[in-house]
Amino acid sequence: SHSNSNTQPAPRIDKILIANRGEIACRIIRTARRLGIQTVAVFSDADRNSLHVKSADEAVHIGPSPARLSYLNAPSIVDAASRTGAQAIHPGYGFLSESADFAQLCEDEGLTFIGPPISAIRHMGDKSASKRIMGAAGVPLVPGYHGTAQDIDTMKLEADKIGYPILIKPTHGGGGKGMRIVHSPNEFIDAFLGAQREAAASFGISTILLEKYITQPRHIEVQIFGDTHGNVLHLYERDCSVQRRHQKIIEEAPAPNVLDDFRSHLGQAAVSAAKAVGYYSAGTVEFIVDTISGQFYFMEMNTRLQVEHPVTEMIVGQDLVEWQIRVANGESLPITQEQVPLLGHAFEARIYAENVPKGFLPATGRLHHYCPVPVSESIRVETGVEQGDAVSVHYDPMIAKLVVWGESRAAALVKLKHCLTKFEVAGVPTNINFLLKLANHHAFECGDVETHFIERYKDDLFVNPSNLLVAKEAYEATGLNARLAAACIVSLEHSKLTEKFSGNDLHSIWYSPPPFRVHHCASRTIEFEWENQYDSSASKPFPLTITYQQDGGFLIENAESGSSAVEVKVAHLGKHNFRVEVDGVIMEVRLAIYSKDQTKHVHIWHGSNHHHFKQKLGVNLADEDESQHKPGLEAASKHPQGTVVAPMAGLVVKVLMKNGDEVGEGQSVLVLEAMKMEHVVKAPMAGQIYGLHVAPGQQVSDASILFSVKKN
Amino acid sequence: SNPWLSISAQLLLPRKREFCLGVLPDGVDRTSDAFSRNSEAMDGFISELRSHISKVLAGGGPEAVKRNKSRNKLLPRERIDRLLDPGSSFLELSQLAGHELYDEPLPSAGIITGIGPVHGRLCMFVANDPTVKGGTYYPITVKKHLRAQEIAARCNLPCIYLVDSGGAFLPKQAEVFPDRDNFGRIFYNQAVMSAEGLPQIALVLGSCTAGGAYIPAMADESVMVKGNGTIFLAGPPLVKAATGEEVSADDLGGASVHCKTSGVSDYFAQDEMHALALGRSIIKNLHLAGKDGLINGLQNINQDFKEPLYDARELRSIAPTDHKQSFDIRSVIARIVDGSEFDEFKKLYGTTLITGFARIFGQPVGIIGNNGILFNESALKGAHFIELCTQRNIPLVFLQNITGFMVGSRSEANGIAKSGAKMVMAVSCAKVPKVTIIVGGSFGAGNYAMCGRAYSPNFLFLWPNARISVMGGAQAAGVLSQIEKSNKKKQGIQWDKEEEERFKAKVVEAYETEGSSYYSTARLWDDGIIDPADTRKIIGLCVSASRNRAPEDTKFGVFRM
Repeated sequence: SHSNSNTQPAPRIDKILIANRGEIACRIIRTARRLGIQTVAVFSDADRNSLHVKSADEAVHIGPSPARLSYLNAPSIVDAASRTGAQAIHPGYGFLSESADFAQLCEDEGLTFIGPPISAIRHMGDKSASKRIMGAAGVPLVPGYHGTAQDIDTMKLEADKIGYPILIKPTHGGGGKGMRIVHSPNEFIDAFLGAQREAAASFGISTILLEKYITQPRHIEVQIFGDTHGNVLHLYERDCSVQRRHQKIIEEAPAPNVLDDFRSHLGQAAVSAAKAVGYYSAGTVEFIVDTISGQFYFMEMNTRLQVEHPVTEMIVGQDLVEWQIRVANGESLPITQEQVPLLGHAFEARIYAENVPKGFLPATGRLHHYCPVPVSESIRVETGVEQGDAVSVHYDPMIAKLVVWGESRAAALVKLKHCLTKFEVAGVPTNINFLLKLANHHAFECGDVETHFIERYKDDLFVNPSNLLVAKEAYEATGLNARLAAACIVSLEHSKLTEKFSGNDLHSIWYSPPPFRVHHCASRTIEFEWENQYDSSASKPFPLTITYQQDGGFLIENAESGSSAVEVKVAHLGKHNFRVEVDGVIMEVRLAIYSKDQTKHVHIWHGSNHHHFKQKLGVNLADEDESQHKPGLEAASKHPQGTVVAPMAGLVVKVLMKNGDEVGEGQSVLVLEAMKMEHVVKAPMAGQIYGLHVAPGQQVSDASILFSVKKN
Repeated sequence: SNPWLSISAQLLLPRKREFCLGVLPDGVDRTSDAFSRNSEAMDGFISELRSHISKVLAGGGPEAVKRNKSRNKLLPRERIDRLLDPGSSFLELSQLAGHELYDEPLPSAGIITGIGPVHGRLCMFVANDPTVKGGTYYPITVKKHLRAQEIAARCNLPCIYLVDSGGAFLPKQAEVFPDRDNFGRIFYNQAVMSAEGLPQIALVLGSCTAGGAYIPAMADESVMVKGNGTIFLAGPPLVKAATGEEVSADDLGGASVHCKTSGVSDYFAQDEMHALALGRSIIKNLHLAGKDGLINGLQNINQDFKEPLYDARELRSIAPTDHKQSFDIRSVIARIVDGSEFDEFKKLYGTTLITGFARIFGQPVGIIGNNGILFNESALKGAHFIELCTQRNIPLVFLQNITGFMVGSRSEANGIAKSGAKMVMAVSCAKVPKVTIIVGGSFGAGNYAMCGRAYSPNFLFLWPNARISVMGGAQAAGVLSQIEKSNKKKQGIQWDKEEEERFKAKVVEAYETEGSSYYSTARLWDDGIIDPADTRKIIGLCVSASRNRAPEDTKFGVFRM
């Protein structure tokens, strides 16, 4: 790097438009603020009141809720920048971040695109082209087919040449969308066509490449950074092996169980890759590491800031968004490769609104309670939502990224587990319990990770409802938490009553605790229903009898199980925090209560347990007409056999059958899309299709009836 | 708008007291023999009481309770619990009414009554217990129902009737049906209270036959439960006998008939829980704007009250079981009033009657307690203090432990009858809320002057050790034996010592039985026996319930001077 005191300093960016939403928009705004740079947010209809809009100095409406009409609407975004006088656009990740056309449009409009050179985006965006360039630069590649001939015969021939198992992948896009693994030649054609269709739907380009499929791979990626003066350095690697549905859920830096030698080889390969395309700004070079051979191969290069960039920031003590802005300003990188520190270890856990037992299907709903862990020097929560916000069908269902740092991997892991138990989300199902199980798994503790980790340890990670011993233990833990929750609810009710009737009210004496009865103790019942996250078919009732004790405590019995009564004393610490004493043990308990659909939902967090109970609100005030249809849970769960309901809210993208068609068991009937993921709905049994009234392009709600199959 | 108004209002606020002259001393020697003797005796009383109570709380026995449950019906106390505001208190009345009164047990007289809040409004609950003789009305059942209505009328409380009754108990119809204060009075009271704007709400949760049918029919609003609830003047058997018509109970008087066709009932409930929820919503929707009441109670209640300095449970050790033993009523007052603060009035005059001002749960009260026999001066002091409280609208609390007025020539010559009459006049005419607790003996005219049952206190409760009679058993035996002796003498019969003692013992035994708290409470001479430790709470609840209506002016009669 050099400096020239004679030239005028280039005008520095003092106002940035963030062409994104959610946590990444908030993240960028935070750094910009710190640097004294003004921020402009953009928003769709659905995001009018979102956190990123509130966090920015200005915000511009750019279109309706669907992303393609707003966050992917490049002209509208560029227009927003010129209207507000922003000189630069930060694209974040996803959306337009890897669109060379968008970067070009920015440049044409005289806006600084905070990211890499357009040529690099274009080259690396095409997976076949990128592999050619990398191969030429001496970066190792996975054996595969990257040709332009896309006809099915050529593809099949190439596949047979590489040998099975084989990976089918769209050349454009990322995040695992459209990817298929094929284990044998006779599966190939179906998978290939599916991948092509999904690629076309998601990216508009249906070109496919083939690769050798590595059976026990690790996904390790290297953060690289370059400036416009030709300097490129790497900021060590991240291990992102633990994935579900080909999407990362826990990332860490540095990669565990890696020798220094390997690490520096990897880093050098990444720097070479970046240099091969004249790269500057933040980028990530992804490698697949064959754990059996110890070989690493280039997979792809992401020409943007990654979701998981915070783990790198934590171990090098740098702010990568700041670096991006400095590089966009034409500055040199602030440090050299030798000056990059490697400090401790960091984890990132991605907290999603999703149905873990339903195959991690995305979930939608309102965050009735949202209380992430308190942040500190070593704990970061990257979030774009607040309590009361909705997780909508329009965008990614990620709620937050929990990032923790520790002096060692073990220390960081302890912190990660602790933070997960304290991360409170209620209103939508989340993967928090699952992340906790992952973090607690012995193989994960040993750093023994690979991309099939979840599949390999599924017996440990998913509760099998037929395991009676586990079920009994879970039931007992739930029983205790049901009692604690009941005690807290009753105590909360008292603080509310006391508040309501304090002041100059005539009858406050009637509400002073404990409720008085002549010669006996007042008691009441609370009928909880346990919402078992892992076995939704078997929600169990917990009818509890609570007897008020003279000393202000409660005696709580399960009216059905006949197990012994527990004496519980509760101190309400304010908000949703309680201190509860049970049998001489004092513990902290947190509670979230909200009402939805005539039901009171009670969430309790205690130790590493989180339980969700439901309580029917009031009585069913059905009309007196006895013949009237009674809506309710029963109706929803008791469809006649053969009825197929939507597993999630989504868009019907393809209907493969019509009424009257014969189907075999497991045969695909229609394809739903939600959160940009395709989900094939299959026939539950062999028979004839009837009652199929949905058509492509139609939005269906969760659990709505799609079609039925009549047995012949 | 007027700045002076706000300033003067501030001046009226109670100041924080830096020192308090009125804090009562502990007054109890815990190491004394009397203390341990009393507490031992009271333990006995209380455990006896508890065993009686636990029997009545179980209702009509396990079989009947099981049958009730199988019909998806709750027990009456459970029904009330679900109507009350969650976590609120319930002042149940006369739990032991009917105790050993008839040949067969009649737990709680087959009807549960009491006061508690619904949506912040105090209500009187009257709930039939279908597990006790099918919820039929014995004479004592009627009396308890009427007493609840009397309190409701006195305290301005909406009434909620939880109806599940077979009507009058036919074998005892002569004691149930014809008299003024018999069955018919229930409906008379409903009509009169409704006219006064006191809501009358009936929830028909079970059968409601014959005369009972008028309870929902006379109510302002009524709810019926599908299946369990029936209303008819005559049940299917009687209809068949009378007209030959054959009809099922549900077709004759079920919820559908009465909600859709006859209009006898207003709300159709799917099940019992639904009916109770409807009951709560009816109370929620009451709008009594412009009605009297609540004004009085809103004044001058101190929310930052202190608990008494001394343990209320020690009241169990203070009450003497030997009524000859005296004790300082101040040690009782010290355990029931806020901060044990008691500002005594005329402390040095008429010292056998203690009078003074205090607060209970922040509510101002005037307390009158006995510290021995009533003398001229004590009675005059009592009358004076009652006048003070009526002038200022301060509720009165009587703590009765009285053997009577002083007798003897000196006393008569001093006009003890005149002085006593003054106090009785004052007690009778005082229009402020009155709550009487009998903590020891209640004998003779002392019972009158200290606001016994005949003086219509809003509420009257007994401690388990309490005794009520015209005089003590021994005195009565003495008087009666003297009369008998002289009678016999006239007939020329010599009464030997042994026979006389037997005669006396018989009188003493009868007084012993009839003077006991159980004898009283079984016949509804009071509103219940209470644990001394609950005294503060119960007085507080009673005063609160009584303050539910606007103050009335007191007009005294002629005081004989």
